[in-house]
Amino acid sequence: MRLDTTILGKSYSFRSVKDVLAKANEEKSGDILAGVAATSDMERIAAKEVLSNLLVRDLRENPVVPYEEDEVTRMNQDSLDMDVYNNIKNWTIAELREYILGYDSTEADIRRLGRGLTAEAVSAVTKLMTNLDLIYGANKVRVEATCNTTIGKRGTMATRLQPNHSTDNVEGITASLFEGLSYGNGDALLGVNPVNDTSASLGEVLRRLDEIKRTFEIPTQICVLGHITTQIEAVKNGAPCDMIFQSIAGSEKGNRAFGFSKDTVEEAVLVMREKGTAKGPDRMYFETGQGSELSSDAHFGADQVTMEARCYAFAREFHPFMVNTVVGFIGPEYLYDSKQVIRAGLEDHFMGKLSGIPMGCDCCYTNHMMADQNDIDNLAFLLGGAGINYIIGVPTSDDIMLNYQTTAYHDIQAIREIQGLHPIREFELWCEKMGIMENGRLTKRAGDATLFTTLRR
Amino acid sequence: MIDEKLVQLITEEVLRQLEERNFDREKRQVLGESALKDPLDPDSLARMKKRTTARIGVGKCGPRLNTQTLLKLRADHASARDSVFADVDQKVLDRMGLFTVVTDAGDKNTYLTRPDLGRHLNDEAVQVLKTKCVMDPDVQIYVSDGLSSAAVEANVERILPILIEGCKGLGLKVGTPFFMKFGRVAAQDQVAEITGAKITCVLIGERPGLATAESMSAYIVYNGYVGIPEAKRTVVSNIHKDGLTAVEAGAYIVEMFQLMLDQKASGVDLVK
Repeated sequence: MRLDTTILGKSYSFRSVKDVLAKANEEKSGDILAGVAATSDMERIAAKEVLSNLLVRDLRENPVVPYEEDEVTRMNQDSLDMDVYNNIKNWTIAELREYILGYDSTEADIRRLGRGLTAEAVSAVTKLMTNLDLIYGANKVRVEATCNTTIGKRGTMATRLQPNHSTDNVEGITASLFEGLSYGNGDALLGVNPVNDTSASLGEVLRRLDEIKRTFEIPTQICVLGHITTQIEAVKNGAPCDMIFQSIAGSEKGNRAFGFSKDTVEEAVLVMREKGTAKGPDRMYFETGQGSELSSDAHFGADQVTMEARCYAFAREFHPFMVNTVVGFIGPEYLYDSKQVIRAGLEDHFMGKLSGIPMGCDCCYTNHMMADQNDIDNLAFLLGGAGINYIIGVPTSDDIMLNYQTTAYHDIQAIREIQGLHPIREFELWCEKMGIMENGRLTKRAGDATLFTTLRR
Repeated sequence: MIDEKLVQLITEEVLRQLEERNFDREKRQVLGESALKDPLDPDSLARMKKRTTARIGVGKCGPRLNTQTLLKLRADHASARDSVFADVDQKVLDRMGLFTVVTDAGDKNTYLTRPDLGRHLNDEAVQVLKTKCVMDPDVQIYVSDGLSSAAVEANVERILPILIEGCKGLGLKVGTPFFMKFGRVAAQDQVAEITGAKITCVLIGERPGLATAESMSAYIVYNGYVGIPEAKRTVVSNIHKDGLTAVEAGAYIVEMFQLMLDQKASGVDLVK
């Protein structure tokens, strides 16, 4: 294993695989904050050169968090497909990149390949990819999952309808929900971020979502994104629920800071199998985002792309229906500007796909970072090209509860029309039945939330 | 016992708020969202819009937003960004008689990307505080820009006098208020150590949302020290004219001060 190189007459050496991984990362303010980033552009390229010559086995044998200390590392290492791994363990990361991008590898080949890669190897190859590489590589692969409907089929792009309300008022949530449905949003999920994290409050919102789903016979899923333990309690108390949600991190320590562990998720999976309202088999929903480990001092000196890849390694063990990075939510100390957010969104989507999970993205930004709606338009459109499973939809891009901006109800259909994409099939048929869509477009009547209030009487 | 000055302050403040609300109503009509044309049930849409501040019933052109809706969004975002990136107007600080100390962050970009530096004052700033501030007060109140200068400008002249008068009304020894530029919340722990205050309270600009760029929070800690757990802070947030008004917040915070002194605790340890 070689950890040094000479480029244009100048020598560079690195302390460890973890150090190479960190310094090979495209510039991110979070890596600078963590003190692990390359100190010059040349050092960054030198790290990429060293990384390109490391072997898949070097990455597996040097996890950024020790096996003995961390259940995420153990889950990732112990569940590796050894037949696949043994075939590729002596490939360089450069060869891995060229295999993924090459004409000789099929979708099935890449899906199989992913089962033999640890998170560190997934992260490594990502660092050698340009933005277009990340889009092209991701587009070769689709990852489907099934809850009530099936997400991720080629030619589809779905949305999670996110009708949040600043006080969880169910009538207010319903108003935003009807508005979103009237724009053809909600085929991935009708999912609310609650303010009040109590089992009773989650139950109340879930019952309303369930009532609407059944009244209008909407082929979709419902979820209220409280803490995992609160959701388990709500479901045990009889609340209707298709999916249980949790924000996850790339280390056990990070997950503990979120107030759960692997055992908690296993319990959620069991509870949902017994008492959930979905057909399944995929009944979990996870959110991630670069930088969350550093924010809870659970990054173990590793860069934020590698810690993010470890989230996907953790997620895939539980067969989620959906996973999305909330890419611009964390703030400028982790992702400074639109360039870093767009890069991170493309990296996360690619890494999720390569890890074998059904990937979406909350393309978003806060008001204290150097990004605006134009940048989020760009990211959502690029991810459409990359074959993403879903994005988010909120009224006009303004989320009044989370106080950030994401994609609007008005965005998905524009992307679908330009890129020749459709909602999930059953949902599109439902939109047509409701008079919201026709010939792959919104109708004149679309956008009128009172379509639903008149029918509900 | 009723403090006459406090009553006068509160009366003036309430009158000012009433006036402003009328003015705001007129001002807001300039950039409103476009309304959906010909809804099936206009009454029902009107009811729905009352139940949420989300921008619904806005209509569309093709699949996209109408121009008025878009411009309103852009205006609200611009206002939010301006409040993050602008400095607090020196005139406001002068009127309040607040002197300024600057954290190690030093400039806005460093402040945004290095939260650790925004939590720390260098030796020079420490010396300034030691020289200018009353030591060992019961309550040390100071103001910080945080993520919104607009929040400071909109609220500080209203809430600070109410807090100080309220403390005096309780017979408390009040510290010397000042302004901390590029400050993060946890800088209050160093302030607590420097001044020896029993209670330290920072009035700080919140990260602006689209609904308002003027929201301020008060973070209050009893017996603060560098490294104190976050859970030991009591937070009063959403202080702005359409949220918790300066008058309401002021009265509530003074009540908190008294509770904290009685219980010698803050944050999760405080029994309300």
